[in-house]
Amino acid sequence: MATPVLDKEEAAGQPEPGFADSPYITVTFRIRRFNSEVSAEATWEDFQLEIDPKERVLDGLHKIKWDIDGTLTFRRSCAHGICGSDAMRINGKNRLACKTLIKDLNPEKPITVEPIKGLTVLKDLVVDMDPFFQAYRDVMPFLITKDTNEPTRERLQSAEDRERFDDTTKCILCAACTSSCPVFWNDGQYFGPAAIVNAHRFIFDSRDEAGEQRLEILNDRDGVWRCRTTFNCTDACPRGIEVTKAIQEVKRALITRRF
Amino acid sequence: MKIHKYDTVIVGAGGAGMRAAIESTKRSRTAVLTKLYPTRSHTGAAQGGMAAALANVEEDNWEWHTFDTIKGGDYLVDQDAAEILAKEAIDSVLDLEKMGLPFNRTPDGTIDQRRFGGHSRNHGEAPVRRSCYAADRTGHMILQTLYQNCVKEGVEFFNEFYVLDQLIADVDGVKTSVGVVAYELATGEIHVFQAKAVIYASGGCGKFFKVTSNAHTLTGDGQAAVYRRGLPLEDMEFFQFHPTGIWRMGILLTEGARGEGGILRNKDGERFMEKYAPVMKDLASRDVVSRSIYTEIREGRGCGPEGDHVYLDLTHLPPEQLDAKLPDITEFARTYLGIEPYTDPIPIQPTAHYAMGGIPTNVEGEVLTDNTTVVPGLYAAGEVACVSVHGANRLGTNSLLDINVFGRRAGIAAAEYSQKASYVELPENPAQQVIDQVEHLRNSTGTERVAVIRRELQETMDANVMVFRTEQTIKTAVEKIAELRERYRNVSIQDKGRRFNTDLLEAIELGNLLDLAEVMAVSALARKESRGGHYREDYPNRDDVNFMRHTMAYREVGDDGTESIRLDYKPVVQTRYQPMERKY
Repeated sequence: MATPVLDKEEAAGQPEPGFADSPYITVTFRIRRFNSEVSAEATWEDFQLEIDPKERVLDGLHKIKWDIDGTLTFRRSCAHGICGSDAMRINGKNRLACKTLIKDLNPEKPITVEPIKGLTVLKDLVVDMDPFFQAYRDVMPFLITKDTNEPTRERLQSAEDRERFDDTTKCILCAACTSSCPVFWNDGQYFGPAAIVNAHRFIFDSRDEAGEQRLEILNDRDGVWRCRTTFNCTDACPRGIEVTKAIQEVKRALITRRF
Repeated sequence: MKIHKYDTVIVGAGGAGMRAAIESTKRSRTAVLTKLYPTRSHTGAAQGGMAAALANVEEDNWEWHTFDTIKGGDYLVDQDAAEILAKEAIDSVLDLEKMGLPFNRTPDGTIDQRRFGGHSRNHGEAPVRRSCYAADRTGHMILQTLYQNCVKEGVEFFNEFYVLDQLIADVDGVKTSVGVVAYELATGEIHVFQAKAVIYASGGCGKFFKVTSNAHTLTGDGQAAVYRRGLPLEDMEFFQFHPTGIWRMGILLTEGARGEGGILRNKDGERFMEKYAPVMKDLASRDVVSRSIYTEIREGRGCGPEGDHVYLDLTHLPPEQLDAKLPDITEFARTYLGIEPYTDPIPIQPTAHYAMGGIPTNVEGEVLTDNTTVVPGLYAAGEVACVSVHGANRLGTNSLLDINVFGRRAGIAAAEYSQKASYVELPENPAQQVIDQVEHLRNSTGTERVAVIRRELQETMDANVMVFRTEQTIKTAVEKIAELRERYRNVSIQDKGRRFNTDLLEAIELGNLLDLAEVMAVSALARKESRGGHYREDYPNRDDVNFMRHTMAYREVGDDGTESIRLDYKPVVQTRYQPMERKY
């Protein structure tokens, strides 16, 4: 196991976001590496670096990539929890690297970073997202209306009706929920929480008229009934969506046919 | 190398690209090439709203919106384009609602609206509620809604395909678009897309600044691709600094926070914007507010031990209002600063936010090769483009509007063009330039590192061409950028592989940033006046006699291979609004 160390002078010459009164500390990142061009096996690799505890795990990954090992590969874009690119397994829990601060992780111990589970690893922390997006597309994630005469102005919707599906509109499709679900790990056919969340967003939208169709899709044997309410998904959601509750609401709608 | 043939190719899958794709896919065989999965695009980070004079909550009309846009842009706006923007805003918002966008609602069930900077009733009398919004997640909702509708329409995406070159041929003496060359991130394979029409919708270039609200991926790829092929870039000296970025991090805190009643305060607790903008106060245009903040800081009234920021105060607003209207930005303050916005003010500083300049287009989205000549088959929309509806300073909520109005227009125009046009023959070895570029970087044994050069670039840009500029600071930046460009030739990467080589990707992105930073600094040096987002302390006044004109920057290559920038100018289109002194 190699242990490259970031040169202290280099770290000091690199003022990153943080606070003048908080000293840099030394942390170890223990990262799951995989590169099929190099080896068929995944391995753990440790990196030591100086970091402000108020910085993000993503900042730590950048320090490694930019100053120690340019081959470290991960996806990221907005860096503040909106784009959904950097879901990964940090200390065994699914989180966004850009919304997880070092100080919240016990920097005394190595911080483990792995790719999210249940999706094929392509390189280091990058997984194949296509099956995830396919499940999303399968629930018809778009407004369906049957009106032959579209109104000239906006459709009316009361604030209460709008509130009914507010929680599930927050989804950023990061896959933190789906890839935390033990059912999804064991059964690649299961739609997974994120697809159900996005079905919920339309089933409970008063403007939508295809709720029955979506419920039938989710009534499938790989659909909503596979959920075992382990609440992993709710814990994992970086947007604070009550994922398990949304799944339960879909189940209830399937039984009562009221939504 | 693979060769593909499509009627229409769209580069980028943010708001403008996907809005264009929805139109274009209905009319022509369309491929969308995107560096990121579509829902990762930075449109999703926009917060406060989308302007349209719906008049749902108070009297408003699109003519007032046109005026505000022109005044906000310090009269560098092309007025015919601004009129289209404001007029088509109304249908653009209604179209999104019909596509499913979950706007906040009024008690009557119509789309709710709120105040935003620079948007006023009756030509500046008082703030008006014009921003249509979904909490502080309007951009997220637009991006999701457009992606949902792309799924519905069966839009064909090539995800993680990075466009590196624009192919242009001379057809009977006319520069004409042939297609693009792209690098597939997953495999390292080069793809040539021959297309009758190409639309650039690849976003901004804010990553040449250090403190910025922009995503890591906003590196001006589209601007750089066409600029290197001899097409001009317009008004690149105009960059917007959003007043309220999280201190030192730059993360955006929406102007909607001030629209909801938030107040900026200095270390004495003073509401300082009253001094600078007696009518609009905290809701003056962004350039005015950002300059006011830095004036407070420079005069010793900044907050904190280093006096280097001011406060955004939301503590007088009811917690329920913050939870309902500003849930995301209050969470950012808690997550990244450990601050509770119910009870404590949030430290903020201006953050590099938006490029007003870009690839020049007309109102149909057609790209120009000089002041008037169109490049057949080439289109651009959104932040990558300069129509120019934003002039010297964009109003808040006008960018989400821009991507929808001009994304739609470009999508329709490009598809209609590709229906009647024929393919232009590919040149011999169409991918040669890209192959050379990629192989040079992969094989380089140079001693320079991407991260080091990028850091130095960002530091010089922040220090020298930010909110306040002088001849001396801009010259310092020009010299530093020239040095960095020279050192960039000697850059090498550690990852020599083909699969997901993001090390290589970052090296290419840095090359784009360096080219665009140079254009920006050189354009800024020549503009010896202050207008909108471009403030020259050595020329503090607007000079309509000499500078009421757009900058057009061209890349020139001498016989000996030396590169230089040639500046030319383009007249501003004025219809009914005569330039006035700008007061808020």
